[in-house]
Amino acid sequence: MTFISNLINGISLGSVYAIIALGYTMVYGIAKMLNFAHGDVIMVGAYISYCVTAYLGLPPIVSILAAMVVCTILGMGIERFAYKPLRKAGSLAVLITAIGVSYLLQNVALLIWGSNPKSFASVISFSSIALFNGGLIITAESIVTVIACIVIMIGLTVFTKKSKIGKGMRAVSEDKDAAELMGINVNVTISVTFAIGSALAAIAGVLLCSAYPTLQPTTGAMPGIKAFTAAVFGGIGSIPGAMVGGILLGIIEIFSKSYISTALSDAIVFAVLIIVLLVKPTGILGKKIMEKV
Amino acid sequence: MKKLTKIASLALSAVLTATCFAGCGAGGSSNGSSSEGSGSAAIKIGGIGPLTGAAAIYGQAVKNGAEIAVEEVNAKGDLKLELKFEDDENDAEKSVNAYNNLKDWGMQVSMGTVTTQPCIAVSAETESDGMFALTPSASSTDVIEGKSKMFQMCFTDPNQGVASAKYIKDQNLGQKIAVIYNNSDAYSTGIYQKFQSEAETEGLNIVCVKTFTDDSANDFTSQLNEIKASEADLVFMPIYYTPASLILSQAAKMQYAPKFFGVDGLDGLLTLEGFDTSLAEGVMLLTPFTADAKDEKTQSFVKKYNEKCGETPNQFAADGYDVVMAIYEACKKAGITADMSVEEIGTKLADTFTSPDFKIDGITGLGMTWSKNGEVSKDPKGMVIQNGVYVGM
Repeated sequence: MTFISNLINGISLGSVYAIIALGYTMVYGIAKMLNFAHGDVIMVGAYISYCVTAYLGLPPIVSILAAMVVCTILGMGIERFAYKPLRKAGSLAVLITAIGVSYLLQNVALLIWGSNPKSFASVISFSSIALFNGGLIITAESIVTVIACIVIMIGLTVFTKKSKIGKGMRAVSEDKDAAELMGINVNVTISVTFAIGSALAAIAGVLLCSAYPTLQPTTGAMPGIKAFTAAVFGGIGSIPGAMVGGILLGIIEIFSKSYISTALSDAIVFAVLIIVLLVKPTGILGKKIMEKV
Repeated sequence: MKKLTKIASLALSAVLTATCFAGCGAGGSSNGSSSEGSGSAAIKIGGIGPLTGAAAIYGQAVKNGAEIAVEEVNAKGDLKLELKFEDDENDAEKSVNAYNNLKDWGMQVSMGTVTTQPCIAVSAETESDGMFALTPSASSTDVIEGKSKMFQMCFTDPNQGVASAKYIKDQNLGQKIAVIYNNSDAYSTGIYQKFQSEAETEGLNIVCVKTFTDDSANDFTSQLNEIKASEADLVFMPIYYTPASLILSQAAKMQYAPKFFGVDGLDGLLTLEGFDTSLAEGVMLLTPFTADAKDEKTQSFVKKYNEKCGETPNQFAADGYDVVMAIYEACKKAGITADMSVEEIGTKLADTFTSPDFKIDGITGLGMTWSKNGEVSKDPKGMVIQNGVYVGM
């Protein structure tokens, strides 16, 4: 029973990683850059949701929408002011900028909300489900997180396959210059990608803090790194890869905590990443991309 | 393909470097505060503690408590004290910087620091400067070990571990005991080790021991799962209140309701912003101070604290108050004046604290005395959280 319970916790934690990883993977796929500020957008989303419920007293669903709106604007703003001017610069310059933006967001949050941790009230109001006479408890947060993850996954896949903007995204990710020649507005496409990624980050932030209710300016940092790992693990650039990578990572983390060592769980997670990259450098579901000559 | 892995590995190493610096990047505001002692004849006391950050509740409580004590002393008029309190965010490096700032300001007596890890660093500095230091709440033996002028107002970690095991045994609180502690933290590990060895001699049945680290202080579901599977009826948590709040909320979601027993680190749980205090209902902790004690000193302190800060003081506030009061009594006894040098004050105060006839009746204990190695001797009290307030057991 403990095993099943651990498995469920792992899937639930992994689903949060998966939702965050989607943000990394989409941005990487389309703009070919690693947006390290993504983890901190999660934190901002969680703070916005916290403020809307705790200070304005509005219902949780409003707080989630508010967090999504603010994060979308924030994500597009970051793209417009920090990354767009560097579109032609080397990938290292963009990477450093992303780390800079990450620190900027953390420190601005520190200024606005202070560094005292806040206890985040769960946005999910129904209670846990007990099975086998209380032998197995599934928390409402786990259920909602997993469902949200699946819905988002399917939604995004359909969006990129069917919609016009989605098709544009795939075109840009395959060949930016050719897509531009075909009349696709690359700037708009990249903006939309950031908008979607950031809105997902807001949802991830709220779900993360509902399951693990402390909120401080560094809340997004570690999940952000783990989700990035998940994205690489699953094959960066691939949407189903992010989901597979995230969930596997969550399960590995919880299992190594339970059955090996709590102190070593993070080390084990990253060791698995290294092994996967050695065996399959593109990640589990990553496509082999031919370098253009 | 090669390029992809290259970027990925580059990015990973960049992240690793970034996390190394993460601790130093945040914050940086030092909230200095000084209670004016009139004229130049005030003895300058310097305090350091986390006024921001994850342990901020401790530092703020100590600061407020100490300020109340300074106001009281200055109102008496026989000795003038001046207090300046600096923020260290519970970071050893920032703490030493804060100590140096305070020395520039002219500190003559140190309150050490509020939390253990920084205090180990700062106590090395005070010792080499020959400065007297009395920490309100840094409870590790590493803080006082091998130092002649470093004293503690709180119990040492071993004492807390031993006292907790004895208390659980005497009050017959649990048949099957589980422990969850932070093995990346000296405070938590120190208490756990002594608890474990004392529990063995007392014949307590420890069924499950689980750990976490500062980096994994987020998800406790796997630890709680195993503790639950071990059918423990009491969980001993020698940890700080932030992870404790997460453990309580995750245990509640799992519908697991053992007794929770903690030490002074749990103090602060009820004042955590946004925390649902009903989760802490029935949590027990061992602490030397109870705000509902009926003696006159405690009552007057609680009243003043309430007027000043609008909340009931916790144990840290009381420790801060007692530190200033003990320094005041010792200064009077030793005839300390503000024009003496740091070393002179240090030697005289250390001699006074260890003299057999020096006894302090404070709000965290009656008849407190100090041994040569800097440890305090006083009795702990058991407390339980009922209806969102601490009540004596």
